[in-house]
Amino acid sequence: MLILTFTLILLAGAYMAGLVGSLTGLGGGVVVIPLLTLVFHIDMRYAIGAALVSSIATSSGSASAYVKEGITNIRVGMFLEIATTIGAVCGALIAVYTPVNFVAILFGATLIFSAAMTLRKKNEHADMEGSPLAEKLKLNGSYPTKDGVIHYKLKNVGGGFSIMTLAGVLSGLLGIGSGALKVLAMDTAMRIPFRVSTTTSNFMVGVTAAASAVVYLQRGYIDPGIAMPVIIGVLAGALTGTRLLMRINPKKLRLIFSIAITIIALQMIYNGLQHKF
Amino acid sequence: MHPVKKLKMKANNKAIINDRNIEVFIGQTLRIGVILSCAVALIGGIMYLLHHGMQTIPDYTTFHGEDASYTSLPGIIKGLGTGSATEIIQLGVAILIATPILRIVLSLVSFILEKDKLYVVITLIVLGVIMTSMFGGLKV
Repeated sequence: MLILTFTLILLAGAYMAGLVGSLTGLGGGVVVIPLLTLVFHIDMRYAIGAALVSSIATSSGSASAYVKEGITNIRVGMFLEIATTIGAVCGALIAVYTPVNFVAILFGATLIFSAAMTLRKKNEHADMEGSPLAEKLKLNGSYPTKDGVIHYKLKNVGGGFSIMTLAGVLSGLLGIGSGALKVLAMDTAMRIPFRVSTTTSNFMVGVTAAASAVVYLQRGYIDPGIAMPVIIGVLAGALTGTRLLMRINPKKLRLIFSIAITIIALQMIYNGLQHKF
Repeated sequence: MHPVKKLKMKANNKAIINDRNIEVFIGQTLRIGVILSCAVALIGGIMYLLHHGMQTIPDYTTFHGEDASYTSLPGIIKGLGTGSATEIIQLGVAILIATPILRIVLSLVSFILEKDKLYVVITLIVLGVIMTSMFGGLKV
C-alpha cells in the first residue's frame, strides 16, 4: 500500500473514531486501537501510542468547550489526578513486562465494561450530605443550571481515590482515557452529579494520558506516519460529534454504538486468546 | 502601576480574579494548544506526503522501537533544523502532550493567587509525578 493511500484511509477511520468517541463519551482512543490492529494489522504498541495521542486530542479539544459552562470541578480533578497520574506511570512501567496479547484481552474487557457504562442510569441527584474528608479537601462544589445554581457534596473520597488509581493504571497500560472508570469512581463512589463527573473526567483524561505519553514517546510507540492522520482525523471527528450532540438525542445512537463496540471488543479478546497480536 | 502589584491587588479582591476568569483563560490556552499542534502536524504531514507519499508504507506489523531519531525532544529539535517532515509531525505531538501539562501549571498559578495552600501542594504533587515520568528515565 502507498503511504498516501494509507494516510487517507487512516484519516477517514480516525474521523469516524473521533465522531463515535465523542457521541458515546468514550473518547477517540477506544476506536483507534481496534481500527489499527484489526483492520490495518498494525502492531499493538503503535496502536497504543496512537490511542494516547487521540485521548489527549479529544480531551483538550472538548475541555475548552466544557470549561466555559463552568461545570468542571477543578479541585476534584486535581486531587484525583494524584491517583491517576501515579497509576498511569505505573501502568506504563508494567506495560514493558506485559505480553501484547494479554494487553489486547484486557483492552477488550475494558471496552465491554465501558460500553455497558454508557447505557447505565446516571446519577442526576446532588447530595446534600458530604463526608468530613470531602469538606477538609474542599471538594464540595456547585454548578449552574437553567433553574439556578445547584450545590453538591461528596462522599467516600478514599473509595473514589482507589478506583482512580486503577483507572490510571489501565490508562497507562492501554493508552485509552478509561473515562468510564473515572465516571464510575465519581458517580457511584463519590456521588458527584453526572454532569460534573463527565466534564471533570474529561479534564483528567488529558493529564493522565500526558503522564504516560512522555514515556511512550521515548519508547518509540508514537510513530509520526500513524500519529499525523490520527490527530487530525480524531480532532475533526470529535468536533463534528460535539456539534451533532447539540442537535440530536444520542440515546439511540449510544445503544447502537455500544453493541458495535462490544462486538469489536469480543474480536479483540478472541484474537488475543489466539495470540494473533 | 507595576504589573505584579496589580496582580496582587487583584488576588486580594476575589470579585475580580475568581475561578471563572482563570477557567476561561485555561480553556483558551487548551484550544490554542490543540489548534497549534494540529497545524504543525498538518504542515509536517503535507511535507511527509510530498516526499514519501508514493512510497510503500513501512512495516508497521512489527514493532521497531526507539531507534528512530524522533523519540526524544533533542532528536526532534535536531531534525527540525534539517527540515525533516517526521520531526515536524512529532513536534506537533509534543505540543499536544504539553497542552494538558501547561493546564496543570496554570492551575498552580491560580491556586497560588487564591492563596489556597492545600491545592498548591496537591498541584505540585501532580506536576512532580509528570516530571518524574518525563525525566526519570522510566522508558526502560
